[in-house]
Amino acid sequence: MSMSYESVMSRKTEIMRASIGIEYDKYELEGIGFDYEGLMSDTVYHMEEITAIQRETGVGNTPLVELKNITRLVREISEPGKGARIFLKDEAANPSGSFKDRRASISVARAKELGYRGVIAATSGNYGAAVASQAMKRGLKCIVIQECYDSTGTGQPEILEKARACEAYGAEVAQLTVGPELFYYFLILLEETGYFNASLYTPFAIAGIESLGFEIAQQSRRVIGKDPDFVLATHAGGGNLTGTARGLIKAGADKTGVIGVSVDLSGLHMASDRDFNRKSFTTGHTGFGIPFAVFPDRSDVPRNAARPLRYMDRYLLVKQGEVFYVTEMLARLEGLQRGPAGNTSLTAAIALAKELPKDSTIVVQETEYTGAGKAPSAQLTFARKNGVKVIRGDPLTDDVPGKVIAIPENPSQIMYTELGLDRLRESYIRELIKRQILPSERDLDYLAQELRLTTDETARLIKEVSR
Amino acid sequence: MTARRGQWVQIHSILLKAGERAPSAPSDTANVPLELRVRGFLQDEVASIGQVVRIRTAAGRTLEGTLEIIEPRHVHDFGDYIPELSQAGDELTAWLAGGDENEYEL
Repeated sequence: MSMSYESVMSRKTEIMRASIGIEYDKYELEGIGFDYEGLMSDTVYHMEEITAIQRETGVGNTPLVELKNITRLVREISEPGKGARIFLKDEAANPSGSFKDRRASISVARAKELGYRGVIAATSGNYGAAVASQAMKRGLKCIVIQECYDSTGTGQPEILEKARACEAYGAEVAQLTVGPELFYYFLILLEETGYFNASLYTPFAIAGIESLGFEIAQQSRRVIGKDPDFVLATHAGGGNLTGTARGLIKAGADKTGVIGVSVDLSGLHMASDRDFNRKSFTTGHTGFGIPFAVFPDRSDVPRNAARPLRYMDRYLLVKQGEVFYVTEMLARLEGLQRGPAGNTSLTAAIALAKELPKDSTIVVQETEYTGAGKAPSAQLTFARKNGVKVIRGDPLTDDVPGKVIAIPENPSQIMYTELGLDRLRESYIRELIKRQILPSERDLDYLAQELRLTTDETARLIKEVSR
Repeated sequence: MTARRGQWVQIHSILLKAGERAPSAPSDTANVPLELRVRGFLQDEVASIGQVVRIRTAAGRTLEGTLEIIEPRHVHDFGDYIPELSQAGDELTAWLAGGDENEYEL
């Protein structure tokens, strides 16, 4: 069998079918859409079952911590009457140290149930460690494929740390150099091993996060006495936001605003050998956040169960230097060493809290473990080695992805910039057209759901973009 | 340096040469090969760095590649002292310790 790029990619459909156990074709609608809710409800477990599976391996039920000192600081720099209460869902308390255990737990349980001998995940992030940890608990073999090195053989410290974690759990780690071919090698390994595709984007992986949104609603009612006004989710591939929002809805918290947050890495090309080691965040950034919002089906499954535009109320961006500053703040003011990647949404929460009345509440829905490679000092040292300047300055004016990381001079400089959802919706339509997936009359209902617009608004948008 | 059968090693191989890469690869990436590094237990009796060897991975796969490192250590660490970060942290601690009197202005 040929292993050329083109040949392996042409076998994609059959490899995928054998490795997930979902008949995606069944959910295809006439035209360009598919039955998203049908796919979700047929393939995933109910909330009670999800919770039961997660309890078996010690996943979930993490503390909701009020960040009282940070809230006090925010109030000090806000106008009178402003400064929302900020709460943090301490997902670092999961077995492998991040909310990714929730996703992995359901995928791996499903793989075991279907009789697979092992699981494979293509991920450079915490998800690898989560899959490895869960696989070992269920007695399955595990291979994690990472995009890790540039062409000089220099590895991103955060990704190296995740490789160490995966190996610590007994997984095989296959490390690739930069490029869009992670998926190519993923297919080769699925074909070679016959293992389960523990993709981040199956209905299982998304259902696993629904428990996070569900817990947030329950805990908020207990601790705050009401549903939170806003839940902020760090946004990359879209699963975190999608699953959390679905869980909130299932808990009846349908008034809670769900806000996606990414680190602004505009100007850096994600598949570029040169740019790869000039970024200090390996996920939760615009390099994934925007492409996955505007074309979710670029993922490693036929239909991505993470559909962020269906659930996102706002999309906020923050700068690398701000996230490092807030990571330091979380340690210094709250005694919590976490992140940094998980602190992306906390950064936006601080900026947003300044605008909101005191009696409103924000829940930041994740933290992640920290350590060698992940700590801000490790990342900033690496940035400097790669020619990136690290300064104290105003991130809004001084921070340039790949060139300058500006650590705020004071907390008032923590700001978000907003990326309007209408711009994302336009891009969504443009991405379809770019791929010759031409929307027509019969697709209006589907697209309206995808974009959270009325069918009239959708039709108008398509017309405008096609012009 | 030589490695013996059963030792934990890292191998390196080229999956796609420059010119064989995905059409979507940007030019700087397309001009270099797609490389793979995997660790596992050496299956050859004795081998030196740079030799083509076989390993058995943690998942039980047998793989061939060039011997790159013998008993590789994890080299990532906490990095250098970062004065800018440390200073920011100290300002925050001073604010907190200052309490209501707010002796330290942020």
